[in-house]
Order: sequence, then C-alpha cells, then structure tokens
Amino acid sequence: MKTTAVLVSSALAAAAGLAGTSGGAHAQDMVKCYGVALAGENDCAAGPGTTCAGTSTVDYQGNAWTLVPAGTCEDTVIETADGREVQGSLEPLERDLPEQS
Amino acid sequence: MREPAAWQAEVAAALRAEDGAAAPAGLDAEDRARFRVYRNNVAVGLTGALAAAYPVTRRLVGEAFFTATAKAFVAAHPPRSRSLALYGAAFPSFLAAFPPARGVAYLGDVARLERAVLEALHAADAAPLAPDVLAGLGERAAAAGFTPHPAARLVASPHPIGSLWEGHRGGEGPVRVEARPEAVLVTRPGERVLVHTLSPAAGRFVASLLDGATAATAAEAAFAVDPDFDPLTGWRPLLAGGALVAVNLGDPQ
Repeated sequence: MKTTAVLVSSALAAAAGLAGTSGGAHAQDMVKCYGVALAGENDCAAGPGTTCAGTSTVDYQGNAWTLVPAGTCEDTVIETADGREVQGSLEPLERDLPEQS
Repeated sequence: MREPAAWQAEVAAALRAEDGAAAPAGLDAEDRARFRVYRNNVAVGLTGALAAAYPVTRRLVGEAFFTATAKAFVAAHPPRSRSLALYGAAFPSFLAAFPPARGVAYLGDVARLERAVLEALHAADAAPLAPDVLAGLGERAAAAGFTPHPAARLVASPHPIGSLWEGHRGGEGPVRVEARPEAVLVTRPGERVLVHTLSPAAGRFVASLLDGATAATAAEAAFAVDPDFDPLTGWRPLLAGGALVAVNLGDPQ
C-alpha cells in the first residue's frame, strides 16, 4: 500500500505538471448555433418560462438552438443526421425488421 | 361524451400503433387522415431523435437497419418526458439484446459511449479543479477522494469502442481497428465534449475515482487489472478532461 500511495501521489504531481499539454483528447468540435434545431434537440435558449421545449413539431425553429459540427454553422445544409429531411417527412417509415436468422 | 381519460388512452394507443391501424373512434374521414399524419410525425420525431443521438451507431448499421431498429425501440419505449433531448437512454441495452443486431457484438457498447457523449453534452456546467491545486496535494493525494464533474462518464468495454467511435464518426471509407478492450472517459470541461480512450487498467482507475474511491484504492483496483498499470495514464485524461471538480481530504485527525 505504501508503494501504491507513493506511486499514485507522484503520478498526480507529474500529471498536474503536464496539464495544459495535450492529453490525447479528441474534441467533438460541437459549437452552439442559433436557428437550427434538430428534432429532439430543441433545447430552448429563449429563457425560462417559455414553452418551446419539447413542442417543436417540425425541425427548424428560429428561437431554439442546437449543436452542429464546428465550421458548418455558416453553410448548414438542412438535412437531418440520418440524411433525410424530417420536416414534412410524411413518407411511410421502414416497417420491416430484418429477417431473424 | 366519453371519459377524457379513456379518450386520451385510446389516442395514445392509436398514436403508437402501426401506420394503417385504426384511428381513435369518433373521427370523420378527414380527421382520420389528419390523425395518420400526426401518428407519422410522432414516429418520425422519435426515430429522428434517436438518429440524432446515435449517429455512429446509425453509421455502423446503416440507415435502413437503424430506422427499423429505432421503430421497434420506440414502440417498446415511448418517451416519458416532453423533451426529447435525452430520449433513448435504454436504446444501448435494447440494441445489445436485439436479435437482429447480435452479429455486431460491439454495437451496444458503442451506443453506450454515444449515450455518454449525449449526457455529457447536457450535463450541468462545473469548474474543473486547477492543476496547481492537484499538484499541491503532494502525498495527501493518495488518501484523497474527488468529486467528479457532472458531465464525466466512464464507459468500459471488452471491445475497442473508442477506436470504433473515432473511426466512424467522421468520414467515409473503411475503418481498421485493433481488437482490444478499451475504456473511454467522456468529459465536458467547457462547451465541448472530450473523449479519451484508455487502457482497461486506466479505465478501472478512473471509474473507481469517479465512484468516490480514494486515489490509493483506485490505483490498487487498477493494479489488479494490470500489474504494469502506470497511474500517470489514469491521471492525465482526468486532468486534461477536467473530470474532477473538488478534493475531499476527509477529517484530518
């Protein structure tokens, strides 16, 4: 236990000294954008007391924000994450489950 | 005039039914058509929420499979909250047990990682501990416990889920991944979600610390996984990810 205590303490000191250098993190590069809200991500930035949370029936409403990959705010292609246009998407959904083997 | 509660139950059941199922009684032909649009929008909204929450999973299995799976999940797990931001908590375990997906052994764990990323995104903000505070602990660090950041999550898997997630979240093309167990630390010290892939031993160290164990106890647990565990490989992602927000030294005797 004594050895472990020394090891873990000195490693923390070393790690703290290294903090600020790259730790191998991969940022997901998500930034907040106004005016684009995917269904299910309609977190409301309009403030408490507003009722837009959870009531978005179509995909894009100007008073809600969502997160889109960094760099695409300026030229966002209005397409859902699955490549379809959810807004006005009234085509039948895929109903068939894959065959079970 | 029907009982409102009975009417609501009938509408809810009809909304969750397959397309083509009967609309609630008492609607005229036009309203029945409108109801079908409503029912479809409910299904599209819920499956779309899952697609937004599990993009790598969706890429892994392909569009058609994902949509069909999501539809099955939605039928079994209707939302319990008006907000869909965190809808689908049970989707990873559903996937892991979903017979058509059994051929992809890592799928449920990749989805668990994606869920952790989503939860980290929506977790409360908190200020991470400054490195100099941690450096100042000296030998007291071994007996110290730590308060985890609200966004910090550790997902451990027998599969290389960190590499799979990293490889599939971006571009196209084949992804080559080494078969190995990986643990992934997900944090959000600022506005960005950070993802660190760790060895199983480092993952055990981090998981123990996030659970409130002292550093020495966490290190012992990690040594049990791998005698060659280097505590530095556990501390570095914790500090780089801002996963700790407070030191708990206990009562000095």
